[in-house]
Amino acid sequence: MSTETQEHDPLLAHQFEDVEQQTDSYVLGMWVFLVTEVLFFGGMILAFILYRNMYFPAFAEAHQKLDWRLGGVNTIVLLTSSFTMAMAVWASQKRDYGKQLMFLTITVLCALAFLVIKYFEYSAKFEHHLVPGTNFHFDGQNQNGVQLFFGLYFALTGLHGFHVLVGVLVIGVLMFRVWKLRKQEQDYVPTELVGLYWHFVDIVWIFLYPMLYLLGGVHI
Amino acid sequence: MSAVAEPKTEKNYLNVDYSIKSWLTTLDHKRIGILYLVAITIFFMVGGFMALLIRTELATPQGDLLSSDQYNRAFTMHGVVLIFFFLLPSTPAVLGNFLLPIMIGARDVAFPKLNLASWYAFMIGGTLGVISLVLGGIDTGWTFYAPYSSNFSNTPVVWAIAGAFVAGFGNIATAVNFIVTIHKMRAPGLTWFRLPLFVWAQYATAVIGVLGTPVIAITIFLVAFERLTGMGIFDPARGGDPILMQHLFWFYSHPAVYIMILPAMGVTSEMIAAASQKRVFGYEFVAFSSLAIAIIGFLVWGHHLFVSGQSVFAGLVFSVLTFIVAIPSAIKTFNWVATMYKGNLQMNTPMFWAVAFLGLFLIGGLTGLFLSSLATDIHLHDTYFVVAHFHYIMVGGAIIGFIGGLHFWWPKITGRMYPESWGKAGAIMVFTGFSLTFLPQFVLGQLGMPRRYHTYPEEFQILHVLSTGGAYLLGFAMTTIIVYLAWSAKYGKPAPPNPWKAKGLEWETPSPPPTENFTYKVVVTEPAYNYHKDSGGHH
Repeated sequence: MSTETQEHDPLLAHQFEDVEQQTDSYVLGMWVFLVTEVLFFGGMILAFILYRNMYFPAFAEAHQKLDWRLGGVNTIVLLTSSFTMAMAVWASQKRDYGKQLMFLTITVLCALAFLVIKYFEYSAKFEHHLVPGTNFHFDGQNQNGVQLFFGLYFALTGLHGFHVLVGVLVIGVLMFRVWKLRKQEQDYVPTELVGLYWHFVDIVWIFLYPMLYLLGGVHI
Repeated sequence: MSAVAEPKTEKNYLNVDYSIKSWLTTLDHKRIGILYLVAITIFFMVGGFMALLIRTELATPQGDLLSSDQYNRAFTMHGVVLIFFFLLPSTPAVLGNFLLPIMIGARDVAFPKLNLASWYAFMIGGTLGVISLVLGGIDTGWTFYAPYSSNFSNTPVVWAIAGAFVAGFGNIATAVNFIVTIHKMRAPGLTWFRLPLFVWAQYATAVIGVLGTPVIAITIFLVAFERLTGMGIFDPARGGDPILMQHLFWFYSHPAVYIMILPAMGVTSEMIAAASQKRVFGYEFVAFSSLAIAIIGFLVWGHHLFVSGQSVFAGLVFSVLTFIVAIPSAIKTFNWVATMYKGNLQMNTPMFWAVAFLGLFLIGGLTGLFLSSLATDIHLHDTYFVVAHFHYIMVGGAIIGFIGGLHFWWPKITGRMYPESWGKAGAIMVFTGFSLTFLPQFVLGQLGMPRRYHTYPEEFQILHVLSTGGAYLLGFAMTTIIVYLAWSAKYGKPAPPNPWKAKGLEWETPSPPPTENFTYKVVVTEPAYNYHKDSGGHH
């Protein structure tokens, strides 16, 4: 009986009593999910920090092989995409769906640019035999440490790149939804949730970039 | 209470649609709970079969039934299947899914589609696990320790890892769902301190699942990465550190023990309150002890590494912390006993299971203190003492709690009563079979019998034969229970809404409940377990 009054609200899923409860639940759910993501990356970052301390000279030497300029460009690209994502959330709250689609398009383009640059970085590593495994080759004393560095580099940036790819797909689906329903009033919460996810992906890179590319021989 | 059968025409969640498709696409938390129940029962039988293989081999000192290689595979698959594909989802995904929304007066969990997706993730993970079994099984031990799982295994390790990894996402999704549901979906008037203790236990469990599961996911991901790429992240020959793998593994896997036992503790609180017709003694303490276990449980993982080359100082700290985590469990145990004290005790089947849980969990918990003492652990580490200890927690605690809960809520779930005498006989047989299996193992371990060996000196045979005999009784008991429960789901006496005269929202709705759980607007006006006021009329 309680649901009769709200049954007709098309934006309200059946299990919720009202829109406020629904919005709160979705946002809390997203935050709890992001907590799991923090721990997901956390385990690997722990491994990186540990091995960095165990093989300090090797890690300092290995980081020279990364191109900090390309990494820097990618940082700017991702930060830009985070800004446009925030603008998309704002446009969604203003119910300006044209603007929202524009900002989401820029976000997706930035994400794709990030992946293209990453592709060029990866292929350079392949050419220089810096990919762990049978073809790995590195002249000098610190073979093992350097191979560990690159193993963790590929695991960390690969996992992050996978998250970027998922982001592209999710934003794509969101754009399709917004475009399809552009004539009617829409809930801004899905955009907000995708935004939270995208900012998280950005923040992970904010940690990975200095850790992998910049710190090198700095003792911390 | 006179059993008033529901008229056949009454719509409930079971008879609303009988098609297979309606089950496989259902968003109803109650049906998803049933889907989990069917799936984990199958995994339970597979893992149980492995246990009987192991025990049959150990009936004689020689390796006559299995080769040492086959034996390694048997105990690994026993652990992998029963932990990842049975125990971790058991109480939360079956009873939690079914009961949590009803207990808090909600129509469903916060994210019904995610809930169904969890089950599919679990099934995909389980299928990958079964593929690893069909390809010959893996021989790494359930812990996937490097280098057993990396350099020294030619078995389909990556399949099993992929299975545990994907099933883990199912557990994470369920945990996220429960946390949000408990925070946001409670009925008006249902404050935190009016929640049933089962809900508190589910909440603490979900917190552990959210914080822990991603870490094991990344750990076994790195093991698979090492196998696939040849990078030596845990291989000392290539600069890696196998101890790091153990740290990361137990950072999750010790709290995972609490993922298994906490929900069973929640079940026990409900069963004891109902069977004593009394409010749980020290409700707040029992509620907070669940959270305390969840938090402190994250700080004790190092007790698995006492002999792995961890520093003595770290060992000392982890030893003290491990003693501390026993305190909230002791609080619960004392409070359950105090709840029974001067209660109006109903010696029904759920009470039999609750008492079995209390006794076995007590032994399991106390023997844990032997292992958390640094000096005794050096003697007992990797012996049958450890095997017996954790089986007392995982079988004597978690599984008995789960099966007890199944009996307690079976009338609600199926709308049918199981035969009461069979229920009691089942509890007695499980208790006897279990004790016969694992009590001798404490002695074996203390005498120096190491775990994971398939041959042993002849003087151990009598204890091993006792253990094997117990395992067969346990296997027979479990089979009996599965048979009479399945039988009663179709042919049992129709169940009244509240066969135990218990308190709680789930007992105020019909058995089985309608799809929307309640036909009226739920408003809660009284504390949990408000038994003493219930003289005569309805609250």
